[in-house]
Amino acid sequence: MKLKGKVFKFGDDINTDEIIPARYLNTSDPDELARHCMEDADPGFVKRKQSGDIIVAGENFGCGSSREHAPIAIKASGISCVIAKSFARIFYRNAINIGLPIFTCPAAALALKQGCQAAVDANNGTISKSGQKKIYQSEIFPGFIRDIMKTGGLMAYARKSK
Amino acid sequence: MGYTVGEKILLAHAPGAKSIAPGDFIMAKVDFCFGNDITAPIAIQEFKKLGKKKVFNQKRIALIPDHFLPAKDMRSANQAAVLKKFAKEYGIVNYFEIGEMGVEHALLPERGLILPGDLVVGADSHTCTHGALGAFTTGVGSTDLAYAMATGQCWFKVPETIKLVFKGRTRKWVCGKDLILHAIGDLGVAGARYKSLEITGDTIDQLPMDDRFTMCNMAIEAGAKNGIICADKTTESYVKKAVRKYKQQRKAYKVYKSDEDAVYADVREYNTSKLEPVVASPHLPSNALPISELKNIKINQAVIGSCTNGRISDLKQAAAVLKNRKVDPNTRLIIIPATQAIYKEAVQEGYAETFIKAGAVFCTPSCGPCLGGHMGILSEGEVAIATTNRNFVGRMGHPKSFVYLSNPAIAAASAVKGKVAHPADL
Repeated sequence: MKLKGKVFKFGDDINTDEIIPARYLNTSDPDELARHCMEDADPGFVKRKQSGDIIVAGENFGCGSSREHAPIAIKASGISCVIAKSFARIFYRNAINIGLPIFTCPAAALALKQGCQAAVDANNGTISKSGQKKIYQSEIFPGFIRDIMKTGGLMAYARKSK
Repeated sequence: MGYTVGEKILLAHAPGAKSIAPGDFIMAKVDFCFGNDITAPIAIQEFKKLGKKKVFNQKRIALIPDHFLPAKDMRSANQAAVLKKFAKEYGIVNYFEIGEMGVEHALLPERGLILPGDLVVGADSHTCTHGALGAFTTGVGSTDLAYAMATGQCWFKVPETIKLVFKGRTRKWVCGKDLILHAIGDLGVAGARYKSLEITGDTIDQLPMDDRFTMCNMAIEAGAKNGIICADKTTESYVKKAVRKYKQQRKAYKVYKSDEDAVYADVREYNTSKLEPVVASPHLPSNALPISELKNIKINQAVIGSCTNGRISDLKQAAAVLKNRKVDPNTRLIIIPATQAIYKEAVQEGYAETFIKAGAVFCTPSCGPCLGGHMGILSEGEVAIATTNRNFVGRMGHPKSFVYLSNPAIAAASAVKGKVAHPADL
């Protein structure tokens, strides 16, 4: 699967309260959560982003709460994937469990600038910047995680192994 | 090569595994799992997709509508109703209606539902709180909870462990909150990312359970997967009392201790004898400074409560500061006991009267304003001091509001002064 889109850049320690503030957590509806995606980190984000665009962030993306609403909001807003220097632990597993593609790649997170075009090959985790030849290799997921991702998330995995 | 307490618990719960090492991925059996009115509705929706007629164990699941309850609006009421309906339909014993309900991480230990040596997952990041019982407990997402409710299992990456050793006798007004804020200030908000925090030392040996819960509660604020304190006499007497009081059938537990030759990714020592109360400034819990370094910070609101500091000893501390004093006329003080049992005890002990006479409001148990839910949301530009666990942008309300984190005595003293203050300043 190839993912292509414009880069929206964020800093370190972007927490789940910024990704989807708790004031919107009285619903679990993905479309409604998507309307407030990244609201407290960048209030104009939802208006400017387009389907397929890519979030690029620094260290510890998604720290804080366990709310699965955070990766759900990002996925439902049409963002194709998140590239970061590192991810907070619960966000990392939530993204895997619900099928939001995430890539840990400090070099790409540094090289990709706000507004540039990026391309990601979700199959092998390679990342490139439009107009440049350099290929950035993101961390390879362990076999166990790849199995969950291949079957389409944890629930699909559960149905299969039932 | 030896094991840490956390590794021993994970190994004991991984069927077929003969050994374990950090970095291993395991599918492990959980002893207990739970969710709340924010996370459980998605878990229930995912669970239903599996078409299972039964949960893995009706007694080992808890559904706790604590975040937006008593329902703050119609949609929150709808979310809570999902939990109640599911609990009834699937015969889940541990559903707690308001009147019995408390903040999950205070309620479950109080009821004797989590025991030493347990492996527990909760769809809430502060599930690490229960590590104070000598259990391995960690926060997961809703889909993980759905999987655990269906299969009694969860996938884990075995974490490396950082050992925190607290040595010395603490000074007056310094409690578990100050110790953990100090450590988070040292580690940073990502310093223990993916790792386990094992909390030890002679300071901890002397620490009451309430303070131990506070410390493990905030392990996540350093990015940790879990926080754990090996069970000792204090833990065992707490657990036995809780199990007896609530007539829990599950009584047997196992106490695990770290081996002498266990391997740690890092060991950090803290001398607690000179430590002052610690306050974390906006907008990260790691912005931790001794209170004497914070000068003239005016506040609009103080909040005492939450899964971090809403227990009876927290309210006792606040009452000791507020006795025969008045809250500053320009400041609001909101006090929220974490559970109904704590509420009752606060009334019986006279703390509730002290609070009301001081001009505070004394609320029903709820997560309330901690995560900007209800019962004390901040407006633009307002500043609060809170005994809660996070001071991220917008956490307690407006994205342009500010939260300082402290222990209950500091929050109470600050409410009296109308600015960040130490009880000795009163």
